[in-house]
Amino acid sequence: MPAASTANSRSRPISGSGSPSWIRRVQGGVSLLAAAPDPALIPSIFQPESVPAETIHQLSLFVLAVTAGIFLVVFGLIAYATWRFRRRPGDDGREPPQIYGSNPVEMAWTVVPLLIVVVLSLATARVIQELQNAPMPPSAVEVEVIGHQWWWEIRYPKLGVVTANELHVPVSDPKERRPTHLDLRSADVIHSFWVPRLAGKTDLVPGRQNRLWIEPRRTGLFLGQCAEYCGTQHAKMLLRVVVHTPEDFARWVASQKSAPGPVPDPVAPGRRVFEQTACINCHALDGTIADGRFGPDLTHLMSRDTLGAGAVANSRETLKEWIRRPDRFKPGVLMPAMNLSDAELNQLVDYLVTLR
Amino acid sequence: MKTPTSTLATVPSAESADRGQTWLEVVHGWVITVDHKKLGLMYILYGLVFFVVAGLEATLMRLQLAYPNNTFLSPQVFNQLFTLHGTTMVFLVGMPILFGFANYLVPLMIGARDLAFPRLNAFGFWLSAFGGLLLYFSLIGGMGMTGAGSAPDVGWFAYSPLTAKAFSRGHSTDYWILGILVGGFGSIATAANIVTTILCMRCRGMTLGRMPLLVWLNLVMCGMVLLVISPLTAAQIMLLLDRFLGAHFFDTQAGGSAVLWQHFFWIFGHPEVYVLILPGFAFASEIIPVFSRKAIFGYPVMVGATVAIAFVSFGVWAHHMFTVGMTAVGNTFFAISTMLVGVPTGIKIFNWIGTMWGGKIRLETPMLFCIAFLFQFLIAGLTGIMLAVVPFDWQLSDSYFVVAHFHFVLVGALLFTIFGAVYYWFPKATGRRMSETLGKWHFWIFLIGFHMTFDTMHLPGLLGMPRRIYTYEAGRGWDLLNLICTVGVAFQGVGVMCFVVNLVRSLFKGVPAGPDPWDAWTLEWATSSPPPEYNFAEPPVVRSRRPLWDLKHPTDPDWKYE
Repeated sequence: MPAASTANSRSRPISGSGSPSWIRRVQGGVSLLAAAPDPALIPSIFQPESVPAETIHQLSLFVLAVTAGIFLVVFGLIAYATWRFRRRPGDDGREPPQIYGSNPVEMAWTVVPLLIVVVLSLATARVIQELQNAPMPPSAVEVEVIGHQWWWEIRYPKLGVVTANELHVPVSDPKERRPTHLDLRSADVIHSFWVPRLAGKTDLVPGRQNRLWIEPRRTGLFLGQCAEYCGTQHAKMLLRVVVHTPEDFARWVASQKSAPGPVPDPVAPGRRVFEQTACINCHALDGTIADGRFGPDLTHLMSRDTLGAGAVANSRETLKEWIRRPDRFKPGVLMPAMNLSDAELNQLVDYLVTLR
Repeated sequence: MKTPTSTLATVPSAESADRGQTWLEVVHGWVITVDHKKLGLMYILYGLVFFVVAGLEATLMRLQLAYPNNTFLSPQVFNQLFTLHGTTMVFLVGMPILFGFANYLVPLMIGARDLAFPRLNAFGFWLSAFGGLLLYFSLIGGMGMTGAGSAPDVGWFAYSPLTAKAFSRGHSTDYWILGILVGGFGSIATAANIVTTILCMRCRGMTLGRMPLLVWLNLVMCGMVLLVISPLTAAQIMLLLDRFLGAHFFDTQAGGSAVLWQHFFWIFGHPEVYVLILPGFAFASEIIPVFSRKAIFGYPVMVGATVAIAFVSFGVWAHHMFTVGMTAVGNTFFAISTMLVGVPTGIKIFNWIGTMWGGKIRLETPMLFCIAFLFQFLIAGLTGIMLAVVPFDWQLSDSYFVVAHFHFVLVGALLFTIFGAVYYWFPKATGRRMSETLGKWHFWIFLIGFHMTFDTMHLPGLLGMPRRIYTYEAGRGWDLLNLICTVGVAFQGVGVMCFVVNLVRSLFKGVPAGPDPWDAWTLEWATSSPPPEYNFAEPPVVRSRRPLWDLKHPTDPDWKYE
């Protein structure tokens, strides 16, 4: 049983350790993305790059305009009434005229809001229908996304690809549409798939099968994360979506499908360590006896940018530290520390870094 | 103009009753009391204590979120803090304070001597009080007798299956269930009591149509409590069965339904929001007319709008669930029903403005809080409309935008009216006025802090920041915004300190208030401050909605026009 769920150690970004000052902390966070803040990576709902997000964006601008209008009128009335009818110095102390109400006025401020509700309802119903009941074209890429505490299992059943935490999809050309349809499920508790620039969020509910589609119009990296509280490490259940050109996507699929070649001699001891420890209970790795499903598939581990669902950038050093003490980057993570000797750890990492 | 020419205040002050008792006798007197005024004050005090506790919890969370990748709090502690903060604010701050005001004011306003069932009232209070203590006991006993303490960490709406034994070991979730369950029984008892009192114990001449709006709103609120607590209690018992007896209501791994819990919870949870905000409306509906020196505008429409809000609020619960994968038809239905709530709510805002219109507005502390309430509740309503637009909600749901939205409702609207109500009725309960200077300091500092924190908090939500994360990545445009939110908390803290100092200082050194310091019109101002145990020497008789107006203006009484 994973014993780490009640552990209490503090994580520290690897580059920020050593200095407690706040500047270093901010830098430590930034270095995780290996660059200064990049506007293209801000997951703003107002910078949509995919069809559903764009449709929602237009609806939201309409709603914002309507509510802004209401705000100006009513705020103006409150402010004016407060200012105009405040008691002045030198007031004679007599009570103002008592007015108990007025039916025509009441009627007016009942009917006008009702009309606004009708307009907003129609606009809403139309977009719900358009997005939720969109048919899946035969050209669509189909992906299964399965939420786990606290990572994403990503499977392409028709393409025979299995990966984790980083969704790769092709860009869609309006003339030759190629949307990606996601089949959302959960292995444990409720999670929620949210990449704001691509689509609104949809929950991954155990025992249910939800659907979501995206249709990116631009290549690049889009960030998101789990949006439904799912336990200790809800915060570090990050999601990266990489949108490729069709050619790059085909190349990526091919590389993910390639079976691992024979293990070169120098790293064979590492593979033995892998196969003889509890790693194989939770992880799958093609060409070995490991076929666990609790943790991410490791067949192409080094093709991924991050470890621990975005907890830390993926490199030889972080991978080694991750295996030695997973809690350091992701306190409460369900992966236990394996207590390997230094020699075993080095052999294991030597082997794992060959998995591209 | 300060002192009316005649009032009904013919009874001596009750202050002398406590004199000459030992400290122990005084405490004993409060513990065994069945007097609605003492129980009301105990409810409010209990709520204020937990308000400070929950405020400190929020402060710790904001410190953790001030910078990206901060390590001030561990994820485990952070998750416990937001669970306790939410649960505390709703069940141990909001409900008790509102029941406290209802307890204190309703009998006085309808000219009754006490609630219909005074002992049941005491029972309800003590159940709620012990429910709260049980929840906080989890901090020492959450893992059972053998382990360390552990507070619940499943969030205040405790979505299954995160609450199943498999994902929530130990007993912290059981403390959450039982604490709320016990408090819920107390709420049902008190609500039944208040409904009975309003229906059966009104003084002569006080027809339903002449009740002060505060009484009407509390009648509707308590009627709603009777309906909404039961589904929550039922769901919590089912969850206990799941956890202890191997039932599978919400156990998805055995074919149970995770969404079922959400339906149960929100059929409680959404009307609960109105249970909390209706008393806020009630305070505003009393304070705004008195400080505008005018009768409430459109009294029958205000009553009708309240009943309409209550009715519609039972048909909107699934707007909390737009992301769980309902059908397009289901989503559309709940979008429309949710937007419809905006109509009666808008009517209320317009009627309050109509009350101010043409008045002579006295900008004293209670009124300042009510004007800020109008402004902030307007914003809360408009962001609520945005959240009702389902596709927009697919982006906003479970983000910091939602957190900002409901804090505008519960802090910007409810808490502001509660502050106003404390300033307004403090002289009645204690016989002394609160300091107007400190009150204005409190108002302005808290207002600045509130807007710094919660205006800003909408933005990270729009930039993709989900709620309930103990830390976040740098470089997503959230850093500075979160820092501003945290700085705002400091202002709010100073504001609350002004309030507490004002309370304590005024209790001992406040200017004596007399029976009717605000020149008001409802019956509670017709008896001494504080009122004697029996409230009125003789049961009052009323002829209009503003009995004291009739007394003060014998030539031009209200009953001529109503």
